[in-house]
Amino acid sequence: MHLTLCDYLTDVVQNAVEAGAGRVTVEVCEDRDAVEVAVVDNGKGMDAGTLKKAFDPFYSEPGKHPGRRVGLGLPFLRQAVDQTGGELKVESTPGAGTALRFRFPAAHADTPPAGDWAATLVGLMGLPGNFELAVTRRCGARGYAVARGELIEALGGLDTAETLSLARQYLQGREDELKE
Amino acid sequence: MAKLTLDDLRKLRESKSNEMERRNVDGKDISVIIGMGTCGIAAGAKKTFDTFVEALAGKPELKTVVIRQTGCMGLCYAEPTVEVVMPGMPTVIYGNVGPEVARKIVQEHLLNRRLVGDHVFDKPAADIVKSRSK
Repeated sequence: MHLTLCDYLTDVVQNAVEAGAGRVTVEVCEDRDAVEVAVVDNGKGMDAGTLKKAFDPFYSEPGKHPGRRVGLGLPFLRQAVDQTGGELKVESTPGAGTALRFRFPAAHADTPPAGDWAATLVGLMGLPGNFELAVTRRCGARGYAVARGELIEALGGLDTAETLSLARQYLQGREDELKE
Repeated sequence: MAKLTLDDLRKLRESKSNEMERRNVDGKDISVIIGMGTCGIAAGAKKTFDTFVEALAGKPELKTVVIRQTGCMGLCYAEPTVEVVMPGMPTVIYGNVGPEVARKIVQEHLLNRRLVGDHVFDKPAADIVKSRSK
């Protein structure tokens, strides 16, 4: 089971990248009542039957992990959302992509802690592959947006300790502005 | 921590690349590959990733080490797992790599060229082998 909201976000964004998405958009909105997350990708998508099976912990997409018969990412998320009275919606169209939205109520005792957003976003930006990742963060009335492409353009890449560290410093600054 | 803008990042990139050209930095042939599947995430691999970024960026001779993420390496019982590829050293998959072990791998494996024996798993990751053979 994952510990933080950032862990769930990492898992679902990784799913989107592994689904062959060329573009992934992430929106994370926090306010006094809830944390809402939307992850939309233009990957290969799922038909209704596959989408239903994606919530089965003993199902993994054939060929994704040879020899492995579990897929725990979405089942973990559904379990956590259900036990906090949150919401989870997934819409998917084969060949067009998947939109996943989840919401955790802030006041529920079992809502996971947020985690480290800056470190998490650096990890997501550093995932391997040729894709764009556009992230919007909102915290009450404040917000910022950042795209993987602009970080790669500014730093010349996102694969070395140095570039990842600079990206982390940049994103931490943006996160600090949200909380000021 | 000083707040950076994208322009600051561009300027830093230029100054650092000039500095690296002067120093002919080692490390660019070294890869640290972190398993970031569901099992890895649940076991704390994000913290491991963050620790490697911080520890390597703080060592001038290791700033250009490549840090990659991959899916499940098939060693879910030993997550977080980390593969280290380094010229002159055997390719190794380490298991149970929390932040403390990550810092030890940086110091011992990457700097002192000694294996961190307590955490070595020698089975290569199937998906990594597959991606390398392409």
